Amino acid sequence: MSHKVIIPIGPYHPLQEEPEFFRLYTEGEKVVDIDIVIGYMHRGIEELAEHKHFDQVAFLVERICGICSSSHPYAFVLAVEDIMGGEQNVVPERALYIRTIVDELQRLHSHLLWLGLAGHFIGYNTVWMWAWKYREPILEVFEMICGNRNHYAMSKIGGVRRDIRDMDIPVLKKTMDDLVPAVDMFKGAVMDDPVIQARLKGIGVLTREQAIEWAVVGPTARASGVNIDIRRDDPYGVFDKIDWNVIVEKDGDVFAKTKVRILEMYESINIIRQCLSKMPKGEIDANIKDVPPGEGIGRVEAPRGECFHYVKSDGTNRPIRHKIRAPSYMNVASNKVAAVGGTISDAAITLAAVDPCYCCTERLIVLDKATDKKLMNGWDLIRLSQEKTKKMQEGRL
Amino acid sequence: MDLKLKALTKSIWVFHAATSPCNNCDIEVLDLLTPKYDVERLGIVLVGSVRHADALLVTGVPNYKTRERLKKLYEQAPKPCVVVAIGGCACGRIIFQDSYNSPCPVDEVVPVDVYIPGCPPKPQAMIAGIAKLIKKVRGEK
Repeated sequence: MSHKVIIPIGPYHPLQEEPEFFRLYTEGEKVVDIDIVIGYMHRGIEELAEHKHFDQVAFLVERICGICSSSHPYAFVLAVEDIMGGEQNVVPERALYIRTIVDELQRLHSHLLWLGLAGHFIGYNTVWMWAWKYREPILEVFEMICGNRNHYAMSKIGGVRRDIRDMDIPVLKKTMDDLVPAVDMFKGAVMDDPVIQARLKGIGVLTREQAIEWAVVGPTARASGVNIDIRRDDPYGVFDKIDWNVIVEKDGDVFAKTKVRILEMYESINIIRQCLSKMPKGEIDANIKDVPPGEGIGRVEAPRGECFHYVKSDGTNRPIRHKIRAPSYMNVASNKVAAVGGTISDAAITLAAVDPCYCCTERLIVLDKATDKKLMNGWDLIRLSQEKTKKMQEGRL
Repeated sequence: MDLKLKALTKSIWVFHAATSPCNNCDIEVLDLLTPKYDVERLGIVLVGSVRHADALLVTGVPNYKTRERLKKLYEQAPKPCVVVAIGGCACGRIIFQDSYNSPCPVDEVVPVDVYIPGCPPKPQAMIAGIAKLIKKVRGEK
């Protein structure tokens, strides 16, 4: 490979919102290898969580990521409620409905956000502007329900912080009604457009076998024909009481990923409508005072995939261990197979197609003491993660 | 008034540097460009390189890796360059001040002209911040 040229992307690059660094090894137009260097977003949240009490941690994990800022606190409170006997036994029913509504609203806004950015990456700035225009009403609904456009702070241990008032429900319903024609428009504009089809079909293909081998999650896996969804497989909230479908596509290319996300928006609207009509009156908070000793896990289907939190409590008011695994952690590594073999011009949309969220992902810093410089690839990170689990099982951590 | 400063207040080109934020401020910065707020009508344009920028928008709390990059970015920016710290993290590190990976707040790395607090600040607050910045540069009260 004598003619290998390295194209650096990042860390500060107009292509990306977040600082991260890709090295594309190319021969001519073809990408032959890719290196992903992360660590620009690491803030030491797991360690911080061990120094805060349980109520504060919910606010802290919300600040892992601004886009899935309902999923992380939700997964954390699920983990804590798992110690106390499970969400369904602890939390009042109305709170379950409110949690589900906020979770699905967040999925809507996240998918619209991704759709806009994806449009921007392939030079369809019109899609970007329209998608973000229709995202605004959802943010306004959030402001109405939660008091903030982005960080919602709805989940707390044993319930939710705020009720959805009766006067808010018609506004919420109307927002959903107005959103359906907008999603219809995107469905037509994106899925029936010959240029977008030519641009996205067959690009960045991740086959079913590769998807399983690289352990991808969420829409990235569902676009490759892997039928997984935590909302159905390990129901939380009221997802088991509601009638909805898991969207699965077979092709595994960027077009399939787009299609999965667009069709999931219909399901989210459907879930929110059903929740609003079925939501009972009653308490929203169980007033939990103490967290018993034990360990628990919480799994939530974030817009990008499975978000996993592990909490170990020793009966005091602080977790003694808090482990987080965000969906992008697995999805980003799959770029190693999806982007390699394509052309440089397709690399941007392929890298963006997994909806990467680096501020979610970055959990650790690794430095090789001999050289003070070591690049970790996906397998190294998985190996380290497995070693850590092993250490924890043996009680060494 | 300095000719360069006078030109700067006409149409501010901004470069956006995310130094380990949670993405929220970044999304709200992008939100400013989209139809609802549309700051391009006020001459504010997001540019791809700091070498073209009049203002540097900093979000998030710098960590050891991004701190050096932020310094370099500021050195590369043509002067005069105003620096806007957006969000609670950039203004005062809020919840992350005890973290092992947040060595200092933004204003110890680069000189900050405007602070826009909030988690995240609303787009309206950001527009108001930029308006105050223009007034400050022009020397108006």
